[in-house]
Amino acid sequence: MSQKQYWTDLQDLKNINENHLPVATDEFKEELPFDLSDSLFSATTPRRDFLKFLGFSTVAATLVASCEMPVRKAIPYAIKPEDITPGVPNYYASTFADGGDYCAIVIKTRDGRPIKIEGNDMSSITQGGTSARVQASVLNLYDKARIRHPFADGKEATFEAIDRMVKEGIANKSGYLITGSLLSPTTKDIIAQFTAKYPNVKHIVFDSISYSGMLQANELSYGKRTLPTYHFDKAQTIVSIGADFLGTWLSPVEFAKGYAKGRRISAKELKISKHYQVEPLQTITGAAADHRGTCKPSEKSKVAVALYNAIVNGTAPNLSTPHLNTLITSAAADLKKGNGMVVCGCNDVEIQVVVNAINDKIGANGTTINWATTSNYRQGIDKDMVDAVAAMEAGSVGSVFLHGVNPAYDYFDSKKFTDALAKVPVSVSFAERLDETAQKCKYIIPDHNFLEAWGDAEPKTNYFSLQQPGISPLFKTRAIQDTLLTWAGATQSYADFWKEYWMKKLGSQDAFDKALQNGVIEPAGAMPNGGGAFTGNVADAIGKIDARKANTAVELVVYQKVGIGYGGAWSNNPWLLELPDPITRTTWDNYLCVSPKRAKALNAELTGFSEVDAAKRVVTVKAANGYTVNLPIIVVPGMHNDVVAVATGFGRDAKVGRAAASDATKGGKNAYPFVTFNGNTFESHSDVTITGTAETYEVALTQTHSSYEARPVMHEFTLEEFTKDPEVLLKERGVEIAEFAAVPWIEEGKEGKEPIIDKETEEGYRANGTLYTNYQYEGVKWGMSIDLNSCTGCGACIVGCMAENNISVVGKDHVLKNHEMHWLRIDRYFSGMTDNPDTIQTVFQPMLCQHCDNAPCENVCPVSATNHSSEGLNQMAYNRCIGTKYCANNCPYKVRHFNWMDWNGADAFADNLYEDGRRDDLNDDLTRMVLNPDVTVRSRGVMEKCTFCVQRLQDAKLTAKKAGRPVKDGEARTACQQACPSDAITFGNVKDKESRIAKIRNEEQRERTFYVLEHIHTLPNINYLAKIRNTEEIHSHDESKDDFLKYHI
Amino acid sequence: MPESITQLYRICSRSAFALFIFLLLCNVPAIAAPDGKALFMSNCASCHNPVKDATGPALQNIDKTFPNKEWGYNWIHNSAKVIASGDKTAVDIFNKFNKTAMTAFPQLTNEEIDAILKYVDEYKAPVAATPAAGAATAGAEGADSNGWLYTVITLSLLVLVAILWRANTTLRRAANEKEGIPNEKEMPLYRSKLMIAIFAILVFIFAGYWLVNGAVNEGRQQNYKPLQPIFYSHKVHAGINQINCLYCHAGAEKSRQAMIPSSNVCMNCHKQINSYSGEAEHPLVTAEGKKVNGTEQIQMLYRYAGWNPEKKDYNRDVNGNILATPIKWVKIHNLPDHVYFNHSQHVKVGKVQCQSCHGQIQEMDEVYQFAALSMGWCINCHRQTEVQFTNNNYYSIFEKYHAEIKSGKRAGVTEAEMGGTECQKCHY
Repeated sequence: MSQKQYWTDLQDLKNINENHLPVATDEFKEELPFDLSDSLFSATTPRRDFLKFLGFSTVAATLVASCEMPVRKAIPYAIKPEDITPGVPNYYASTFADGGDYCAIVIKTRDGRPIKIEGNDMSSITQGGTSARVQASVLNLYDKARIRHPFADGKEATFEAIDRMVKEGIANKSGYLITGSLLSPTTKDIIAQFTAKYPNVKHIVFDSISYSGMLQANELSYGKRTLPTYHFDKAQTIVSIGADFLGTWLSPVEFAKGYAKGRRISAKELKISKHYQVEPLQTITGAAADHRGTCKPSEKSKVAVALYNAIVNGTAPNLSTPHLNTLITSAAADLKKGNGMVVCGCNDVEIQVVVNAINDKIGANGTTINWATTSNYRQGIDKDMVDAVAAMEAGSVGSVFLHGVNPAYDYFDSKKFTDALAKVPVSVSFAERLDETAQKCKYIIPDHNFLEAWGDAEPKTNYFSLQQPGISPLFKTRAIQDTLLTWAGATQSYADFWKEYWMKKLGSQDAFDKALQNGVIEPAGAMPNGGGAFTGNVADAIGKIDARKANTAVELVVYQKVGIGYGGAWSNNPWLLELPDPITRTTWDNYLCVSPKRAKALNAELTGFSEVDAAKRVVTVKAANGYTVNLPIIVVPGMHNDVVAVATGFGRDAKVGRAAASDATKGGKNAYPFVTFNGNTFESHSDVTITGTAETYEVALTQTHSSYEARPVMHEFTLEEFTKDPEVLLKERGVEIAEFAAVPWIEEGKEGKEPIIDKETEEGYRANGTLYTNYQYEGVKWGMSIDLNSCTGCGACIVGCMAENNISVVGKDHVLKNHEMHWLRIDRYFSGMTDNPDTIQTVFQPMLCQHCDNAPCENVCPVSATNHSSEGLNQMAYNRCIGTKYCANNCPYKVRHFNWMDWNGADAFADNLYEDGRRDDLNDDLTRMVLNPDVTVRSRGVMEKCTFCVQRLQDAKLTAKKAGRPVKDGEARTACQQACPSDAITFGNVKDKESRIAKIRNEEQRERTFYVLEHIHTLPNINYLAKIRNTEEIHSHDESKDDFLKYHI
Repeated sequence: MPESITQLYRICSRSAFALFIFLLLCNVPAIAAPDGKALFMSNCASCHNPVKDATGPALQNIDKTFPNKEWGYNWIHNSAKVIASGDKTAVDIFNKFNKTAMTAFPQLTNEEIDAILKYVDEYKAPVAATPAAGAATAGAEGADSNGWLYTVITLSLLVLVAILWRANTTLRRAANEKEGIPNEKEMPLYRSKLMIAIFAILVFIFAGYWLVNGAVNEGRQQNYKPLQPIFYSHKVHAGINQINCLYCHAGAEKSRQAMIPSSNVCMNCHKQINSYSGEAEHPLVTAEGKKVNGTEQIQMLYRYAGWNPEKKDYNRDVNGNILATPIKWVKIHNLPDHVYFNHSQHVKVGKVQCQSCHGQIQEMDEVYQFAALSMGWCINCHRQTEVQFTNNNYYSIFEKYHAEIKSGKRAGVTEAEMGGTECQKCHY
């Protein structure tokens, strides 16, 4: 058994020590729904009454179950399109580009409806990976809050009328076309045409999450206002100063792919990258790091300078904590070994110049940082936007066109922007919904959703990606490119322009067809790599940084959640709202993240720490600029003690959508007003004062909803431990199970031999550790392997699973009651001391139905609704289920979910649908178009759980049978596996000796393989690969040293 | 005896071989000469009728209008080329038929073309014959009246038994009275405890059976035969005219849905078949006995398909899109939403005949639901049917079964043994 102690929340940590778990006693959070007073027990029900009730209910049931069968229609196409076969999905390669976020995708359409987004394996950038947002983007297409027609002055208008009115006003005075970062070369071409026709209109880029500091620093350092390509796969040492590159920084999908390559380790190849992270708050990147230190946001600059000095001059760092000093010293030593890389998430020119200088000194340019193939992910320069707002305010602007931006919500001084906008005579929004900005514009010409539109992207120089629509526009919308072409006086449509552009570029119809089919156009061979000549004035930057005073105030960081991101349409996406945040495991709200120590200082009492009680203490946060909000606090171990954090994307206007709508009782608060402007760039932090209130607010957290009651489920080793004895895990497992491997269980001959897992013990344990017969599987047996070293906890798999399997969103009220339906959850465990954020280490464990061969749920089902298949699947027959919930109670992994309500209108009874106001749009006919027709929509009263995407397995088998061959390895992929950006999940037929899964279990990763709760003989079909951290120590909890716990809980 | 058997076998095999050779020789001319009718049906019939103008002109005696024989061959091999050369006859025909280009048939040899032309020249339209009515129905009526007769006889016998039993009892009582033996007090039948008990048990059994059976069958629609928007006869299409099921239901081999054809698929043939000429051999009659005019039904199809039979062209909107409306057929085979059924799995992989589940569809004028489509019915078939174990290489990974087949321990592997009765093969 690993000696480390893991805990899910502070309550859990305390109770392990006291051998007492209120979670367990408090399993049923609700009061039982009937009166338990004596009157009920002493009541006598006469026999006649009983018979009356019996008769009544029989008659009622008969009447309700009306025997009449409805007449159903089968309506074929009038003229069937040639490429559609009803019931067979079509796939179209396309591009996801949202602001600067990029992903090459494949759209799965069924009968003309996009129903699922997959990654495009052909792209060398995202390599088939996706993020939670990419997976959820298909739901935005069917968002009920989308605008259905153009508006002029708040009333429905025609495109032609608006075109006429805009053209009249456009030539007067100067104008601004404000867009988010644009990746599309054709769109840029069209904007050039438009601004050529109207030279008084200036195009500027505004990014709500700005990388302006980095762009400017790169211009100063290398003469190019651009971003390099980061090769995380080639980096041996990664130092990140506040860059959450696995979660939200620049291009997480791309980085997770590369990062995971460097983190893969086996007993045969004991090589792994080393990752240092210095950050103010707890992120998933920090969770993955080998060494993690915390600092205040204002100290990041000093950290960068200290690192620079340590590398260049060998100066010992003198930072705020000794931990930071040792971390920087050790990082500097490792970086000097070569193949290093430093990334920084600050929007500050000076820091970024210093970081560029470090990368130059350690020789990262041309190896891990690529300046020959640059990235176009962000282009916004903050000063441009500030100047534009000032010009608008001065009344010198005649027209403003806004595309992909929402400054009335996410500009740091939104009041100033809206006041200035009111002074502009012609204001046009291309928004797809009535967001905060569109509401204040004179005209709205809604743009298509990206799944309805042609387009393209150039995420990196010379790496192109084409976007083709998966469906015709659902509403009266028009592509912004068409609008601009019309205004520029062109007669060509964008579709024609687009085709002509690419035909010319590609040369022939064949090349065009191939590019469209592949979705990406990339240069042959490996990506060109090259360095750059550093010309930045690092002394000047360091001088400026040294001149900054140390800040003693509490600092608030404005951060992005992995799911919701910057806001936009994502704020109204119920899949993302119900996706638990990887670190805090909260849903549906934002809140103030504080460290345990800070929480105690705020006098938050127990309600602030324990999850068992969802009511959280509310505090008032006042920024230096006067912005004041009330927010509940969530205690996050690993936060710097003087730092608090609020996520963006919440506190939206009611017209953004029902799920996003916010008021005093729901939907969180806007964090953007905490952003400050330093005269050149936006800074995502602010000094704040925090005062407690007497109020509480309920926040829906999910971490302790499924408790293991302190049973060990996680195995983690340091690289040193694992290198010293690669069989350390096999021995740990051996202690648990070897004695049950033979009959009689304890053989005399075996005594004295050190227990270790080998093939024989494994087989013996399977056969002899049970009273049941040992079933022999033939042909196909499905299995899954999850690599805890690769998993970053990003949640793409959860949303992928929701989209594939029609998983219900239950809404905040029911998450509070433990009723969430996710078939796959990612458990987060902390270890270390709560007092000291630098000791906190975090691990993620995706947990889904383990498809146990000896499943505890199967034997307790009174109606055999759950049973085992000959392919090793733990099957669930919904229509047989009578809802006793015995199975869920008996499941040691807590992966079964009961439908407490009719979430989807799938119930036999009409008007039984559960509604809470925020999640209801999911049951709109429009939104229901996203449902996967191959998977049953479950009704109330039945249990459900992961099926291993059985519909995909059946489909793969059918394809193989039609072709008359066995299923190829990798042909059957589960939704979570396909969504994963870090390839943490492997799936396949264990019986096939050549399959990846069999190779991993039996050869490559034998030493890291373990099964959760193996000793209870459930025989899971999912194995995990132990986490190996490249560090000296796995911090464990030491109560004597943890003052916080000793005195406060 | 063995001697004579060997002899017999020899004689048989020799004569069989001789017969085979003879038949082969008989067949040689048939193989050698191109079959004009078959060629016409497979290549021309979808656009041409021998005696009527259709998408293309009527073909009877068309060869007489050709400038020369060579011209005819060229035209059929590639009409577009002839038109492009500016030939007047060609251009005239092209213009007359709405500039519809004729498919090129470069694969047809001159002999084959001759055979087709010979067939169409000799073609005679079928003559309508009045069916001999009455005779066929007589037998059925006879059978019916027999049943009625038996019922009457049984009933009268039962009445007779009751009367005799009553008479017997009365007589016995009278005899007893005469002899002075006291009679039991006569109790009416309905007050007899035994009778009440028997009656109650019977009611319970029958009502229970009725209730359980009714509940089990709730939602099932065996023999469901709804009225359809168009009287489409599978018998005429799949039975009499032998159209392959997969021509219209093309999804059956590719998809979970067999696919109801869109109206443009109907129009592939019905562009030229604009009347029902089979009235004589097979009059169309609904289940209620109403006569149906086949030609009217085809006209109805035209309205759905947006086809103008006069202009011989589709009605189109300004953008050139065909103005067609889908036909709202009444769905007959309804599986509950929680059942996953895949046609291609059964048709393509399992090689199951359509008729196994849909009944003798080629005999149905109006389709009805032949099978119960109950879970028991599915499972039963899965238990009895063997998979294509040795023919399909997919199953090569099931080594144990292959070994057992090899050793003669088993003949084949049933669907159930492959896991075909497990929940998640159909419910997910």
